[in-house]
Amino acid sequence: MLTIETLCKTYPNGTHALEKISLNVDAGEIVAMVGGSGCGKTTLLRMISGLEAPTQGHVAIDGEPIFAPHPAVGIVFQEARLLPWLTVAQNIAFGLDHLPRAEQEARVDQALLRVGLAGYGKRWPRELSGGQAQRVAIVRALVAQPKALLLDEPFSALDALTREDLQDHLLALWEQHRPTLVLVTHDVEEAVALADRAIVLQPKPGRIFADIPIDLPRPRDRLSPEFAEAKRLVLKALDGSINQPMTHQPGKVHSPSAGGSF
Amino acid sequence: MSEGTLDNSSETNAQPGATRFSVFGTSFLLGLVLPVTAGLLYEAAFRAGLVQARLLPPPSRIFTTLWKLAESGELKTHVIATVGRVGMGFGLGSLVGILLGALTGASRDARRLLDPTLQALRAIPSLAWVPLFILWLGIFEGSKIALIAAGVFFPVYLGVMAAIANVDRKIVEVGRAFRLSRLAMVRRVLLPAILPDTIIAIRSGLGMGFMFVVAAEIMGASEGLGYLLVDGQQLGKPDQILAAIIAFAVLGKIGDWLIVVSTKPALAWQDTHQRGA
Repeated sequence: MLTIETLCKTYPNGTHALEKISLNVDAGEIVAMVGGSGCGKTTLLRMISGLEAPTQGHVAIDGEPIFAPHPAVGIVFQEARLLPWLTVAQNIAFGLDHLPRAEQEARVDQALLRVGLAGYGKRWPRELSGGQAQRVAIVRALVAQPKALLLDEPFSALDALTREDLQDHLLALWEQHRPTLVLVTHDVEEAVALADRAIVLQPKPGRIFADIPIDLPRPRDRLSPEFAEAKRLVLKALDGSINQPMTHQPGKVHSPSAGGSF
Repeated sequence: MSEGTLDNSSETNAQPGATRFSVFGTSFLLGLVLPVTAGLLYEAAFRAGLVQARLLPPPSRIFTTLWKLAESGELKTHVIATVGRVGMGFGLGSLVGILLGALTGASRDARRLLDPTLQALRAIPSLAWVPLFILWLGIFEGSKIALIAAGVFFPVYLGVMAAIANVDRKIVEVGRAFRLSRLAMVRRVLLPAILPDTIIAIRSGLGMGFMFVVAAEIMGASEGLGYLLVDGQQLGKPDQILAAIIAFAVLGKIGDWLIVVSTKPALAWQDTHQRGA
């Protein structure tokens, strides 16, 4: 349902961020993009979201091309990015302006309940912890019921315990409507815990290095040997992607300072 | 130590409503210590015959003068005249300042077109315009209000322009991700984001308004607190000058306080180190 075709991105300063990325993601699938820093994974996500335009190629959802932010695609950023002047409930309802008030309230209440923040609706974002704020950010994107949700390293700023807790929350939320999830992460454990597929990206310029299916039943046991094996596979690919000698150098435009795609 | 107890209770923040009030009371009283002590000492020195107080009258005489002015209705006339001028000039100056500041803050082209000229005008001391304003607008209200408006305009313009230019790109991106229209982006993201800085700009604008109303009234007026100042100087009445100065201080403080109080509910979300104090 999400089609990415020969996507290229070169920034005006010559940074060659992405080179011919092609990828198909099925409805309801969870895909994790893994890669070292500067491999263009955030850039890729931003182009899928329509916040940034590709230099070449295109992205489509259900055959509909994406040129600008699309109602069927939601995004969660690395930081919660809650609007500080809105209460928690108002933040969650931010993308629901077109719905009648009663419907907005019902969705917000249900969302708060689902992420364990019932009763927090009237609080200000400043009163939330990092994990709570990120949970609010996730449901803010989900209450609009997008067909695809993009997550840009959403848990990277949180401590390990909170991170696991939020990964579980995310899966529980996903179970409800089963949107397609595209998750950017540098945490292999997170990729294996959540995704059906791990796409390993290779830097300079960003390309797909490996596409590793993760066929583990849910709920996944992080301590099982199968989990460890899947982790090993992804880690190995990640290792290879970084130490790989440059096999092809299309364009030859990368400057020494390239890689600052964030 | 009742003060210590009050401060402690504000730290724990157990009862926001109650503590805020008492903290307000403590800090208010603390602020009064210095001027009241100085006033009382001077008064005592005067009563003891230690100072002559011909050029610097003691507090009791200043307040008697203020009271007499109030009783005769004179003070009211002057206050109304001054407040009217500040109100008109402040309204005009801050309105134009907000509009132009918003325009130059939001549009790079507008900034390139307008800002250099406005910055050049800002470099001119506002008082230098007075002769021209008088030639153009006459000696009466017009030139005074124009001078005040010019003084109010610049801090408001600069503040609003900077506030818009400094809006967090990441927050704006949230608006984009939710496909806000241009108008909705202004209403739901930009305006709330610039509100705190805009209020500060307006407050400094009002301060400038009071500064320039004195200048305007000293240069020629038949009523207004500034007129009381000049009159006091010409007739050798330092108590009247000081009474007028006190009236200015009270008016300025009330004006500022009105802005703060009326905008407080809209800023309850702010995460500042002074929250609750």
